[in-house]
Amino acid sequence: MSVLLSVPGFLANEPVRVALAVGGGAALVCAVVGCATVMRRQSFAGHALADVSSAGGSAAYLLGVNPLFGFLGMAAAAAGVMEWADIREARERDLLTGVVLGAGLGLAALLLYFDATVRSVSGAAVTVLFGSMFTIPASIVPLALAVAAVALAASAIVHRPLLVSSLSADLARAQGIRVRAVALTHALALALAVSLSAMTVGAILSTALLIGPAAAALRLAKRPASAVVFAALIGLGATWGGIVLAYESFYWTPGHGWPVSFFIVALIFCAYLIAGWRAGRAGVRRAPHPSGCEGT
Amino acid sequence: MTDPSMALAVEQVCIALGGRRVLRDVSFRLEAGEFCGLIGSNGSGKTTLLRAILGFVRLEAGRIRLAGHSAGTGLIGYVPQKIALDPGLPLRARDVVALGLDGARLGPALPSRARRARVDEMLQAVGALEFAEQRVGLLSGGQQQRVLVAHALVRRPRLLLLDEPLANLDVRSTAEIVALLRRLSRDYGAAVLLSAHDVNPLLSAMDRVIYLANGSAVAGRADDVVRTEVLSSLYGYHVDVVRVHGRVVVVAAEASEQIHAAVARNPEHTAPVP
Ligand SMILES: Nc1ncnc2c1ncn2[C@@H]1O[C@H](COP(=O)(O)OP(=O)(O)O)[C@@H](O)[C@H]1O
Ligand SMILES: [Mg+2]
Repeated sequence: MSVLLSVPGFLANEPVRVALAVGGGAALVCAVVGCATVMRRQSFAGHALADVSSAGGSAAYLLGVNPLFGFLGMAAAAAGVMEWADIREARERDLLTGVVLGAGLGLAALLLYFDATVRSVSGAAVTVLFGSMFTIPASIVPLALAVAAVALAASAIVHRPLLVSSLSADLARAQGIRVRAVALTHALALALAVSLSAMTVGAILSTALLIGPAAAALRLAKRPASAVVFAALIGLGATWGGIVLAYESFYWTPGHGWPVSFFIVALIFCAYLIAGWRAGRAGVRRAPHPSGCEGT
Repeated sequence: MTDPSMALAVEQVCIALGGRRVLRDVSFRLEAGEFCGLIGSNGSGKTTLLRAILGFVRLEAGRIRLAGHSAGTGLIGYVPQKIALDPGLPLRARDVVALGLDGARLGPALPSRARRARVDEMLQAVGALEFAEQRVGLLSGGQQQRVLVAHALVRRPRLLLLDEPLANLDVRSTAEIVALLRRLSRDYGAAVLLSAHDVNPLLSAMDRVIYLANGSAVAGRADDVVRTEVLSSLYGYHVDVVRVHGRVVVVAAEASEQIHAAVARNPEHTAPVP
């Protein structure tokens, strides 16, 4: 029966409950970590981690282990490498990120080929790359929530030093902030967020969950705390809304529903457009000094 | 500390970057509450010297002493050169000042009345209260500079370093910022060391000046340092210090001959200066 007619029936469905829990955790973590990532202009790095993590997810299917471990292992390794390289210059960092991203996807292509041929895991490629929330095993829930808790705690701990560092590394250093330790902590939180997101909407689309709600929230918010709250609301709304719509879609095209990831990404995109429109109307982006002259 | 009024002592400091000697035998002292200009052209080593005082740059020789604490402990106020405040950052001017107060702390920031009062007081002191709630990236250059000064001063450091805070400001904002810094250094008893490539906006405000050229420095009262003999010996070739309409122009010999000639031809106009 349609969700609209039977909420208890919807919630009694185990795959739905797992999707709501894992998806909700992923959305929350992505909102928090995503805001910091966008403010640090590391969106591309976040996307690269996701693509690299797809190799880990593919390997997990090959080895028959929990795919979250696969996503997590590869994302954390790539984040470690990219932070360790510690490149300050934006152009070079983009180049390194691009190269790492390419290598990760290449490895994923090989492993997915083996998944299909050696292990004959059908649909592994689609699941790894585009997610399949209703097929997430319930056994993953405790681990996923634990990963989410660690990522949220890490973000909460370093959020002030991280803000200062994103203004200027020297400004942070002058305050006695250990800039590299803070950056590394954020990179690890980013790897955790990306792996959770890859688990839910797939490796390719995980950037959407990480960057989309944060980017929309940053257009609306005036202060860091409200940005995180807006991003969390948008992310959770899109994820749970997407699950509801996907569940409903079984009634639209009888026999097969539409992919959840599609709905989530579509809702995030709408939220981004609406945020841009609202920000334009509210004049958040408009310069506040009408005379346009320098000084006070 | 032998001398309680000392805020900073730079003693025979040598610094090499990328195998090249950038600063050689630089020495000067700053007393508490002094306002001091660090003057030099691009590439003369101003940023390097300020970063060395902060403990970011290894000294090849010499030492740097600070009043009551050592470098890298976060007790020096600092406004870096060219800090780009992105208009997309969801940070109000007030948030930036609050981050100056406790931005190094771990964990979430709990709202407290005392914290807010200190931030308000600092915003008021730099004249930023009226735009405290606006996104910092949308403020004008002069307004941003005030916010960054408040960020640097809110923990009441004994020493405030500013790297080219007057670059990209128009004439009026420049005068306002200089007057503000002069006043704050007295009110808060903080020694201020401010780098600039033009000495003029600072002439009337400075207690002391440090000129950097060729990796060397001369320090002293402005009247004693900004003189033909002193600067000629620092630059290693003859320069003229010309005073026109209360401004100082430092010109190399050739250019100065042209200026003298131009002034002689047309005494009504101030000569075009480099
Ligand atoms: N990391 C570095 N490696 C090598 N040389 C450097 C480095 N940073 C600065 N320099 C050189 O040191 C000199 C002083 O630079 P800087 O302190 O930035 O001068 P200023 O701030 O007065 O313009 C310049 O010649 C510059 O090229
Ligand atoms: Mg400089």
